Parts: sequence; C-alpha cells; structure tokens
Amino acid sequence: MLTIATGNKAVAIAAREAQPDVVAAYPITPQTEIVEQIANYVTDGSMRSQYIPVESEHSAMAACIGASVTGARTFTATSSHGLLYMHEMLHWATGSRLPIVMANVNRALGPGWNTWAEHSDAFSQRDTGWLQVFVATVQEAYDATLMAFRIAEHHDVLLPVMVNLDGFSLSHITQSLETVEIGDFIPPIDLPHRIDTAHPVGYGPMTGPDQYFRFRWDIERSMRDAVQVIADVESDFSNRFGRQYGPTEEYRCEDADVILISMGTFGKEAEMAIDILREEGIRAGGMRLRWFRPFPKLDLAGREVVVIDRDYSFGFGGVLAHAIRSTCRTDVYSVIAGLGGQEVTYDDMAEFVRSRAIGTEYWFGVTPDV
Amino acid sequence: MLIVIIIIKYDRYILPVTYMSELPKEEYLKKCTTACAGCSSSLCLRYVLKAAGPDTVLVVPACCTSVLQGIYPTTAMNVPVYNVAFAAAAACASGMSSAFSAAGKETNVIAYAGDGGTVDIGIQALSGALERGTNFLYICYDNEAYGNTGMQRSGATPIGARTTTTPGGKIETKKDIDRIVAAHEPPYMATACSAYPLDLYKKVKKALSIKGPKFIHILAPCPPGWRYPAEKTVELGKLAVRTGVWMLYEREAGKVTINGISKAAMKKPLPLEEYLSAQDRFKGISPDAVREMQLTLERSQRRLLNEEEGRC
Repeated sequence: MLTIATGNKAVAIAAREAQPDVVAAYPITPQTEIVEQIANYVTDGSMRSQYIPVESEHSAMAACIGASVTGARTFTATSSHGLLYMHEMLHWATGSRLPIVMANVNRALGPGWNTWAEHSDAFSQRDTGWLQVFVATVQEAYDATLMAFRIAEHHDVLLPVMVNLDGFSLSHITQSLETVEIGDFIPPIDLPHRIDTAHPVGYGPMTGPDQYFRFRWDIERSMRDAVQVIADVESDFSNRFGRQYGPTEEYRCEDADVILISMGTFGKEAEMAIDILREEGIRAGGMRLRWFRPFPKLDLAGREVVVIDRDYSFGFGGVLAHAIRSTCRTDVYSVIAGLGGQEVTYDDMAEFVRSRAIGTEYWFGVTPDV
Repeated sequence: MLIVIIIIKYDRYILPVTYMSELPKEEYLKKCTTACAGCSSSLCLRYVLKAAGPDTVLVVPACCTSVLQGIYPTTAMNVPVYNVAFAAAAACASGMSSAFSAAGKETNVIAYAGDGGTVDIGIQALSGALERGTNFLYICYDNEAYGNTGMQRSGATPIGARTTTTPGGKIETKKDIDRIVAAHEPPYMATACSAYPLDLYKKVKKALSIKGPKFIHILAPCPPGWRYPAEKTVELGKLAVRTGVWMLYEREAGKVTINGISKAAMKKPLPLEEYLSAQDRFKGISPDAVREMQLTLERSQRRLLNEEEGRC
C-alpha cells in the first residue's frame, strides 16, 4: 500500500508487521515517535505485543533480553544517550545470542545538549557484536526493519540487529512509503536455546578462559556467516517486494576515478554532488555504506577515495575513514562533517571531492589553527 | 486410592506445612555449590526453590549466587538460571514475566539478588518493575555488604560495621529498603531470615500465590564477611531476630503482620551487645554508633507496630 510516513513511523509500522511478542522501550528525542506509535498500535489492538514502558534504556534492553531468552520476539528503539546507557546490556544481548531488533535514531552526544544527527552513538557500540545497518530513506527504514527480524533470528546468526536512521534528517522527514503484505517473509521465531523449565540449564554462569574464548569465537563465526544470510534475505526481499539492497549502494561508480563514501542520509545527498561533479567532467562516483557490522569487503582498487565521517574517534581519526583505510589498504581523504547536525549541502560535498588531498584529514567548517 | 496418592504427593504444595520434615524432598539446589562454608544465602535459596517448585526461572544479577551455582559447564542449579548484569535483575525479570504472559505460561519468575544489587545499583530497575506491577517475586538476600567481591560496604551495611571500604566502621545507618519498597505498595512483601527456613518457605509460597510484584527481604549472615565461625550461621540469624535487629513481618495488601517471635523480641529483646560481640566486624564499634543503631531499630519497630495496629 502506498502511503506517506516519517522515518520513525516507517520503523513503527515495520515493527507492527513483525508482531514482536514484547516491546520494552524508553522515549528519547528524536526516537519518541517510534514508541508513541507502538503504544498507539498496542492500545488500538493492531499490535498484540506486550508493551513494557520501562524506566530507563538500561532496563529497556534488560527487559528485551529477559523476554528474548524465553523465545519471544522482541523490539526496542532508542537514540544517542539512551544507546550509550544500554551499552552494558548490548554486550549482554550478544553474549546470550539473542536476536533482539532495535532501531537507533542517530543523534549527537552531550555535552552540550544536541539532538541532531551524528553517528558517534552507533559507532560507540561498534564492538558490541550487534549487526548494524544504516538507512537513508523512509522506505529503506521500513524495509531494513522488516529484514532485521529475519536476519537476527536466522539460526546461522542469532545476534541482535541495530537499524540506524539519522535523527531529524530522516526520523522526522516525510516521504512516500510502500508497505508490503509480509506473508511468510519473517518465519515464526524459534530460539534454539530458549528457557525451558522442563530442561533446566544455566545461562551465562561463571565461565573459565578456555570456554569463554570459544563463545567469543562463536560470536565472530556467526558475524561472518551473517554476510551470506544478509545477502540471502535481501535477495528474497527483492524477489518478493522488488526493492534491492546490498552492503553498499553505489551511484555512478562504474567508471569513477574518485569515490565519495558516506553513510546514512549523507549518502543520498552525495548523489547530487556526484551529478554536479560529473557535469564538470570529474569522473566521480558515490558509495553509501549500508552495513557497518559485519563490515563489507569493498573494491576500491585504482580509485581515489574521499570519506565523510559523521563521527570522530578523538586522538585517532574518523571511524569510517579508518575502517576503509585498514580493510581496503588504501589511503583516503578524510572529511569530518555533519557533527551535531551541522548542515552539509551537496555543493559542500562536491567541494570535498574537488579539493581532496589524499592522506589528510579535513574538519569541515573549522578553520585549521594548528 | 488414586485420590489418596495424589493428596499425599501434592499435599505439600496445597496444605500449609508445620514441620521442616514436611517440606518437599526435591532439591533444586544441588550439594555441589561453590559457596563458602556456612553460607546462609545458599541455604535460603534451597528453601526458596523448594517452595517455588520446578516451573521456575531464577534471574540472578552479579552477587554471591552468580558464583555459588558453579562453573560452566557444570551447575548446582536444577531450575533454569538466567545470569544478568548487576543493575538489571528486576528489568530482566520484567521482560521474562511479560514474555511468559504473552505465551500463556504461569512460570514463576524470581529475581534473586544480593543487597548491593538491590538497595544500590539495582534499585532503579527494582523501583520501575514494582511501579509497573510486574508479576514476579523479587528476593533480596542481604548479607549487608558486597560479599562476592570481598566485603565492601553497601547501602545495606549497618552503622559501625567494618568492611574493606569502611575500615574504621560505617558511619551511616543501614538503608531502609523495605520502606522504599513499601512506598510502591506491592500486594505482598515480607522479611525473613536464613535461621528460620520454615518461615521463609511459607512466605515464598504465599508470595507466589499472589499476582503482581512481590518482595521478600532475607537477612543472610555471612561468616567471612561478618567475621564469625562458619558453624555459628544459624545462631547469628537467631540472635539478629531475638535482639530485634532484624524484624520478621509480612505486609499483605498494606496490612502488616509481625511474626510472633519478633513481637516477643520487641517486648523482651536480648541485649544488642550479644549480637554485636558475636561478630568481629563490629569490633571496636563506638558507643555512639551502638546508640544510633539502638535508636534506629527502636524507631523502625515502633513504626511497624503502629502500622500493624492501624495507628498510621
């Protein structure tokens, strides 16, 4: 059905389609509309989930964990400080191998208080063992949320999935949305290690180094297996519903000499920049990275690379720039832009490409004084 | 004949028990725990589980019970135990309870947490779960310090007690978690003590028969932490009750009932000194601290009595 929705509402509608047994969530700007919508759906009966209005994000994730380990399908949503407050429990969900699905509306971190888009919140959770996908449109927010349940619950994965959408620039903008009849796209959840009082076992007791090490490896093995599962699910989604997704979304990259890499809504903005550059005779291409964990293998051989980071690892550099440098063994022009919702237009992005100086880092809007 | 057998088999689940010998023979906490000698919290857990029976899930945050259940792949527990992060027991139990309810199951969800995980780091999650009316039983076994990490002070440590982080004795009085819980008006809450297992058993049974959030606060003397010989664990618990330091009571639908033994202790308490001198953690306690402790416990006894008699 064709409708219009905000990014937040698209996520809530997708969560409703997936019919989680339990939703435990705590409101935070700019995620609030997701929990409000879900509360509405539960109240009007269109969603038969148990909705737990918890007193904090730490408890939101803890409640999802408690529900999930009984074999229930669970969903939550958060943003920024909420995500950081969950940090401990994010690791716990992974260690317990629980296929929890969460929407994270990307937002900057205080102080000062800033509710606009930035990717530092999600990147701070980089090593928690959550699969992370970043979306750029309302349609994609809906589609990725649906797919997240099937990917997380796949027996080769059994890891939690975080769907990231930019605060305000996606969460609060309205675009057209084509909802689908999901049918059997998401099969019933079947958690192999769910709690069964007829067969009591211990979950997460004291574990010695050798056994612990094996469990950690098992998480990584599943993260590697997830690459194929994601590809299969995205392919099945495309066959059923006609929309195609992959680890990246490329725009005019075939014959490009220089590739502009970005994530989230910047990736769509970059397409305009690419068109401008092409008109100027610069053979540029845009690449929007969708999956951040597992991190995809990118083929950038023989191309110059410009990376926009909407985040920063202090004392180190742009997180995405570094990931590309280390996985593709190529140097990049690292642009730090858009922190705390800083406006970055397609003209700005075109200029990043024109003035690229591979091997250096540039903070957009900041006059270098060192 | 069949009916007789059924009654014999199930009477302990339906009829009230009067003697220890009537308690279920099934053990859900096996003998192979890695608890310290004289550990009273494992003793309590044994009776809690006997009362709860096999259709029970235990949620355990970081505490002594995280350790005493054994090391993977072995376990001393014969019910599913979900070990969870320190602050998260009540919230995790919330999710579990909702999921069981969504699946139409009546499985008992019991959070079994120490005093640190309850009165300090876990209090927010506990308060939230109580306020939301979560259908679960939260049990705090209280050894009055962070025992698992080697006896550091907690909010539940009494005044004057020496811990590894209060080497000169704690300056503040014990946090009164029961009044905090009572302010949430749960349908059932009670105190218990490891030295009175039958009383604990009955209270757990009653709690689990009631829908909504239930809270039981158990005093659990700890030989290495309180610094007394392991064989004196039961004696210490009895001293705590008979001196009136620890009051046994229930608060059901807002109505307080004080156990007979605690009523007797209020009328004719053993001297506080007997309780304090039995433990090396109170060695060198100042007379001021003893006076403060005495005043605090008399105040809380009066408050309870007034409540029981409907005077407040």
